Amino acid sequence: MRRLVVAVVAMLLAGTVASIDTEPAFDDPALQVRYDQIIEEVRCLKCQNQSIKDSNAFLAADLRREIRRLLEEGKSDADIYDFLVTRYGEFALYRPRASGKTLVLWLAPAIFLVLGAGVLIRVLRRRTTLPIDDDSLGS
Amino acid sequence: MLKYVLLIAAFVGLVVVFSIGLTRDPSALPSTYIGEPTPVFDLPELRDPGRRVSNETLAGQMSLVNVWATWCVGCRQEHGFLMELARSGRIPIYGINWRDNRSDALRWLDQYGDPYEMSGFDADGRAGIDWGVYGAPETFLVDGNGVVLHKHLGPLDAAAWQRDFEPKLNAPGTLQ
Repeated sequence: MRRLVVAVVAMLLAGTVASIDTEPAFDDPALQVRYDQIIEEVRCLKCQNQSIKDSNAFLAADLRREIRRLLEEGKSDADIYDFLVTRYGEFALYRPRASGKTLVLWLAPAIFLVLGAGVLIRVLRRRTTLPIDDDSLGS
Repeated sequence: MLKYVLLIAAFVGLVVVFSIGLTRDPSALPSTYIGEPTPVFDLPELRDPGRRVSNETLAGQMSLVNVWATWCVGCRQEHGFLMELARSGRIPIYGINWRDNRSDALRWLDQYGDPYEMSGFDADGRAGIDWGVYGAPETFLVDGNGVVLHKHLGPLDAAAWQRDFEPKLNAPGTLQ
């Protein structure tokens, strides 16, 4: 039984251990942490539903290399996101930054929530008033 | 009555949105460089690494910058049209040979013909990233001041040329 558990756990872990990025780790652990965060936030433009962390497309590898280079040059996270947005647009980021262009995108959930709440309130109000208007109840 | 009008209006609205939205290619990204200067680049030439292909090469005339590679199926597809365009002398074509290897690229040009005035050799894909390239072939129309006027994704053909490029070539105010 125990052996079975070990085998199942080992199989479950195999996926997370087999990383796409085979480059050596940074010497500075702080840089490594930032690098790991950034590559999860960047879309692979060639394979658009994967981050560049999860993609083995060569474009993803190239972008990881560029991000690595920028980090080693001492660039800030904002500089790196700017670098990507200049070349590929906000679409390259999984969380596009709030700006004039992306404002609609960010506000849309709130707008739909308000609209939905409005409709719901109207429907509920009408429903509670219906029986009073209804003569068939004979009240 | 108003209810039905609203419902029908909403339905028509959705039909319009979907009939536009669903016919567009969701993976096609507009270039961030349209109306902007081309990114700075400076590459060794494919045939003769001693020469450079750079922003200076493009200056002073309208030109096409075509990103190609021998591993790219779409590039093979558009090659015939590029040859035709080069023969017509309508516009000089410069290549960026992206993420390729030199001997394959040279063999390709010998075999299928060379439509390019020069091709920059971008072995590590750095210039490709600077140009915002995410899949070859991509073709940029650049004016004499180095401003990107249009970008075409995928194989270029006569129809796309007539529709998207030719009108811009004759536009006033652009240096030819």
